[in-house]
Amino acid sequence: MISSLVDDVLRRLRSNPGAMCALAVTLGIVALTLFGPWFNPNGSQALDWSHVASQPGLQNAHWFGTDRLGRDLFARTLEGARVSLAVGLVASSVSLLVGIAYGAIAGYIGGNTDHVMMRIIEILSGLPLIFFVIFLTVIFGRSVYLLFLSIGAVGWLTMARIVRGQTLSVRQKEFIEAAVASGAGTVRIIVKHVIPNVMGPVIVYATLTVPQIIMFESFLSFLGLGIQEPHASLGTLIAAGAGEMEAAPWILLVPGGLLAVLLLALNVFGDGLRDALDVKER
Amino acid sequence: MLPTLRVENLNVNFTQRAAAIAAVRQVSLSVWPGECVGVVGESGSGKTQVFMAVMGLLAGNAAVDGSVRFGEEEILGLDRERLNSIRGSKLTMIFQDPMTSLTPHLKVGEQLAEVLVCHAGMSWSAARDAARRMLERVRVPEAQRRMNQYPHELSGGLRQRVMIGMSLLCDPALVVADEPTTALDVTVQAQIIELLRAVRAEVGMSLVLISHDLAVVAGLADRILVMYAGRVVESASAAGLFRQARHPYTAELLKCIPSLSGPRLERLPTLRGQPPRAGDELVGCAFAARCPRVAERCRVERPLLRDGGEGAAMACHYPLP
Amino acid sequence: MLRYFLTRLAGAVPTVFVIVTITFFLIRAAPGGPFDQEQTLPPEIMANLQSAYGLDQPIWTQYGRYLGALARGDFGPSFKYKDFSVTELIGQGFPVTLELGTLAMALALILGVPIGTFAALRHNSAADYLTMSVAVVGIAIPSFVVLPFLGLLFGIYLHWLPVAGWEPASIKHLLLPVAALALPPLSVIARLVRGSMLEVLRSNYIRTAVAKGLPRRTLLLRHALRPALLPVASYLPPAVASIMTGSLVVESIAGLPGIGRYMVQGALNRDYTLVLGMVIIYSTLLILMGLIVDLLYAWLDPRVRLQ
Repeated sequence: MISSLVDDVLRRLRSNPGAMCALAVTLGIVALTLFGPWFNPNGSQALDWSHVASQPGLQNAHWFGTDRLGRDLFARTLEGARVSLAVGLVASSVSLLVGIAYGAIAGYIGGNTDHVMMRIIEILSGLPLIFFVIFLTVIFGRSVYLLFLSIGAVGWLTMARIVRGQTLSVRQKEFIEAAVASGAGTVRIIVKHVIPNVMGPVIVYATLTVPQIIMFESFLSFLGLGIQEPHASLGTLIAAGAGEMEAAPWILLVPGGLLAVLLLALNVFGDGLRDALDVKER
Repeated sequence: MLPTLRVENLNVNFTQRAAAIAAVRQVSLSVWPGECVGVVGESGSGKTQVFMAVMGLLAGNAAVDGSVRFGEEEILGLDRERLNSIRGSKLTMIFQDPMTSLTPHLKVGEQLAEVLVCHAGMSWSAARDAARRMLERVRVPEAQRRMNQYPHELSGGLRQRVMIGMSLLCDPALVVADEPTTALDVTVQAQIIELLRAVRAEVGMSLVLISHDLAVVAGLADRILVMYAGRVVESASAAGLFRQARHPYTAELLKCIPSLSGPRLERLPTLRGQPPRAGDELVGCAFAARCPRVAERCRVERPLLRDGGEGAAMACHYPLP
Repeated sequence: MLRYFLTRLAGAVPTVFVIVTITFFLIRAAPGGPFDQEQTLPPEIMANLQSAYGLDQPIWTQYGRYLGALARGDFGPSFKYKDFSVTELIGQGFPVTLELGTLAMALALILGVPIGTFAALRHNSAADYLTMSVAVVGIAIPSFVVLPFLGLLFGIYLHWLPVAGWEPASIKHLLLPVAALALPPLSVIARLVRGSMLEVLRSNYIRTAVAKGLPRRTLLLRHALRPALLPVASYLPPAVASIMTGSLVVESIAGLPGIGRYMVQGALNRDYTLVLGMVIIYSTLLILMGLIVDLLYAWLDPRVRLQ
């Protein structure tokens, strides 16, 4: 029964050209970040003093040109995209785990616990959480691991809300009653019965969380609070490019364009998945 | 004399997933000035859709053909502006669910007055005055206070009174009431029917009363149309119909009305089986599968609506005598 | 109504107090201090500086002093911008940030609502698909990518507008930053309004309004718009938060003298008072926004009761 459901979703997804296109673009970018460097002789840190801020072209295989220090933009953009994607995936997983646990507990236990837990989410989501992330990075110093954690900690709010809503409706079902009647503990019921039954919307929102988190990471890096030189993420590259906009627009256009396309593709795919799974917002 | 409303060969089809579903098939009917016509049928019989088509309220995926004349004017396919000058003023409708049929964020008075501002070109203050007087006419207590309340502050019965008052503001020639009592408590139902009777005596407009319940229609209607699977299957004066139904379906419906004077029944009889679904392709009589009088001919040949004498008509090969 | 407003406003004071307290101790817990970059200073002068700003006092005393000053409306001196008080810094920059944010929010609402309504009225048409596709782009692409792109197009290639910089009362300099800042909330609002409008247009009371023969304008503006705006109202606080966040980068890219830069710089420099001042300003704004949303809700749907 589950497999026929999956087949059904995949069929609907395949009949959505926009979503399939977005998926292809996303996979293409992932493949490019992984295998692209094999085809280009330039390293992402190597300085080519004979080609400083040179235009995109074929000289020295600087296909996308170089930046002010003569570093190859193709290599750097791919490195940046790799970092951005990694942060996106890891931080999404963090937010996924936190969100599922929080939402399932709130929804399953219900009553006052639920009330208080949801109130906390309400307050948190009203705040500009970027400020907390800024604080965290300032206090604990800038490290990639902290970045993963702090961004993931910010992204779980929506997920928790959705899981809670789903849990509330699943809780009414007979099989939960049967599990309670057979003496299963709360934790066991949540893990074995509740969570597997709320996965549809969770998958959709996980897909939509990844681009949000990539955007967030780029934002922090843009502000100088994320990935530090000489490493690059798309955010730091865009920040550097924005400063050179007039003289060397390609330094902005290459990473900016890639980020735009990546985020767009992820969003369109997420929307397509949502339509295919027929998930209602809230 | 010209009928207030004349519907001829009306068809309504809904397109759903590239398939056309017939909701109304070749319906013709007339409503004469001052007359009350009851339209009866199970849900899905197309009774509401006929009048949605008349009012121009069908969903975007509906296709309509046929003719609807309101007085002298053909109103089917009329442009929106002209149609808007008729509906809401001379041709009005009361809906089933008064709980959701009023705009929640507008005060009752405003919702009434805007009809007069829009159709009669009154000023807001004059329209409010007239609206208040109308609320008094439809027996809304404390009309002045109700004017400044929101719909959710009124009971279901009061809201339906407001809806009725709203339909009468511009002296309509025809009011269509679609299941006006279905969503209400039994005691309130009786009050609303009583109000409709009183208003009709007072105003003298034509009234179409749509209901799934013959008992509701019984007390008000001069003439009753019975619809089944998108078609009119019987048409007769109310008195004639209750004396002797000719179509077996009507007879079955009549059996379902509990009677105070009749013998006590252990169980209320209900109609067995299900009506055909709107999408089904029908050969023969649509009622054949549920009909106690069914014969071979019924399954292959669709009975046409034919004269039964005394202004009655039925669509049955083997009508009751 | 007024009483409700004042009660709620008074209720916000403890919230701000808690936020101030948490921020105060959080930033003190961070390693380093405001004068770290001035290590060349001899120890005596350093000590003088510390005592001039009261940093040699026990932290509870500092906390008490800060709250005392705050109660008098004094945000204290800035540790980094030594000639300025935090009140002066914020007083100079805040109008610019406020103008930027208000214009962006206004643009998002003024364009987003009609666009969403338009798409709903043309449901499943090419125009609907087109506007919703553009909305996805607007949601997906962050303002710090949009603004440089806009600058490149309208500033450097077309020479229509200045790429960066600021002049008082010059709308030209604000146009691109406002557009970049408004695009994401505009897209979200358009999507929200489209969805809710579709639902409202299918509702029974709209059917009643159509049956009343009301002109289309009245139908939309008087009967459909307000309920369709409910989800927009609940989106307002996150929208303001997102505009605040966005203004951090947009101001820096466009070279606007707002207060956005103080947040990150203040935190990095351990400019304690400046950071606290910023946190107070932003949290007050957000609390105020929440209050406005509650009032808006009560207006949009009278079934919601204020207590």
